[in-house]
Amino acid sequence: MLLLRLTLSRLLTTLITLVGVAVIVFVVIRVVPGNPIAMMLPPGASAADIDRLKALYGLDKSIAEQFLIWFGNVLHGDFGTSITTRQPVLSLVLDRLPATLELSIMALVIAVIIGVTLAILGTRLRGRKAEAGIDVANGIGLSVPDFLWGLALILLFGVIWPVFQISGRVSPRLELPFTSQFYLFESIVRLRFDLTADLLSHMFMPALALALPLAAIISQLLKQSLKETVNLDYSVLARTKGYSETRVILSEALPNSILPTLTLVGVQFTFLIGGTIIVERLFSYEGLGNMAIDAVINRDLPLIQGIVILFAILFTFVNLAVDMTYAFLNPKLRHA
Amino acid sequence: MLDGRGLIRRRAGARLWLSGLWLALFVLAAVLAPLISPQDPLAQDLMLERLPPAWMAGSEPGYWLGTDSLGRDVLTRIIYGAQVALAVALVAGLATCLIGSALGLVAGFYRGWADRIISRIVDIWMAFPPVLFAILLIAVLGTGLSSVILAIVIIDWTRFCRVVRAETLNQSKMDYVHSAKVAGFTRLRTLLSEILPNVLPTIVALLTLEMGIAIIVEAILSFVNLSISTDQSTWGGMIAEGRTSIHQAWWVLVFPLIALFFTVLSFAQFGEGLRERFDPVLR
Repeated sequence: MLLLRLTLSRLLTTLITLVGVAVIVFVVIRVVPGNPIAMMLPPGASAADIDRLKALYGLDKSIAEQFLIWFGNVLHGDFGTSITTRQPVLSLVLDRLPATLELSIMALVIAVIIGVTLAILGTRLRGRKAEAGIDVANGIGLSVPDFLWGLALILLFGVIWPVFQISGRVSPRLELPFTSQFYLFESIVRLRFDLTADLLSHMFMPALALALPLAAIISQLLKQSLKETVNLDYSVLARTKGYSETRVILSEALPNSILPTLTLVGVQFTFLIGGTIIVERLFSYEGLGNMAIDAVINRDLPLIQGIVILFAILFTFVNLAVDMTYAFLNPKLRHA
Repeated sequence: MLDGRGLIRRRAGARLWLSGLWLALFVLAAVLAPLISPQDPLAQDLMLERLPPAWMAGSEPGYWLGTDSLGRDVLTRIIYGAQVALAVALVAGLATCLIGSALGLVAGFYRGWADRIISRIVDIWMAFPPVLFAILLIAVLGTGLSSVILAIVIIDWTRFCRVVRAETLNQSKMDYVHSAKVAGFTRLRTLLSEILPNVLPTIVALLTLEMGIAIIVEAILSFVNLSISTDQSTWGGMIAEGRTSIHQAWWVLVFPLIALFFTVLSFAQFGEGLRERFDPVLR
């Protein structure tokens, strides 16, 4: 019962948040200087032409009216038409979303692998110099943001030791047989591993740049809770049974330390998704973030609105999913 | 043998010293830029374009870290770039800190409607991707140093608000707050003279962190060419230029990147070091 009430109230606040985002984006965008209408018309267009175009985009009504019309359309899945490409915003945005999702999930996987490995190593070697080394690495990983990691990686593995691609999502000379935008996923399903390798070689650097700060957070937090659990009774018992220290960490301490790390990873995942915007720009990766920056530079208002709303939906639902997972896994709430 | 606390203290000491030293260098470079710069930051000379650093073949004396594609001196532009970074760190950092902390204290201490409204706004803010939000605000506010600072304040106050609110909530449950009430302190006096000093170490650690973040945001905006006019030297602008000529002149990217890297790292480590030193539990 409590769980149901919790779910409903979280769903309600999520909706309020999304409506708030919609209002703010709409208001902020209406104050953008630089008249997009003027940019669409050839020089020497008459005042009547301007008015007609304004009416077409609904720019002749009051802001409140414009908002209600736009919001009504959004609820029907109509995000308007992009000013620069004259295509529906929704299809433009949904076309780019898979690229960003694949990049974010790849980054998450890398972060978990690095973070968990370092945490286990640090616990196994606790009290030695190696642990201090891991602590320093964590500190640096935490303090330096994805943008700088991206630049450092471009220098290291793109220029000094050029083993990875530093620009784009896939080599332009390749023929792509894909029917969806989930290139990586589709290349695996179609067993076209030559394409998978090319995609991974493009994706690895931006994904690693996004992953490093999160890996440091995971490593730090998981190591802390591992170090607490390796001294608890069941770990001591396992040791007296003759389990090796590594086995105690992996089979006794790890399962009991995962939950707090898991919730943190969920929250941090939204920050990682936010980071894709500049990292995609850095690596010319054709995802949502790259499109968002172009949209702002081109003053493509409908497109900006669509992208911001989509990101907000993504963020709030990841948060909602994390909260719900935590509630379901937490015995105090489950049995209340 | 060092016990655990001794080890933490020694590491915190090294951390404070190293990061403090770099930050002192950074501030000095910014303040003394016109005196110590070897060249004019804006002087373009196509005869001197893409000169390599002093230790490589083909370099010119006086251009220690080489020149960019317009023949401007890289070292000089890094030193002048420190001015913009310092201005952004100080003004944006402090303004963000004041606004966010004040709202966090009010929400955490007075609770009720104020808390509900502030927390709801924070939720909405957290649903925006910060980089996109920043770029959008610059499109609205126009480019320039004051726009960049304003955009950072508008976006990042939530960082202080969330943490300070949670910390204030914790402190409000402590015995000393109850004693203050019994002693007849007004609510406002309890907040300012009893709770605030206990929340202050958290605020200071967040402030140094925010200064580093503000520098990064400025660099990102410069990188997408939406910060300050392109004439002025900024680390982000230099990095953007260096990214495009990375195969011809790596030094245009590497040196501003190193400056940015160490400055941001030092701000974060300095804050962490301060917190460890002054945290009564660790001491």
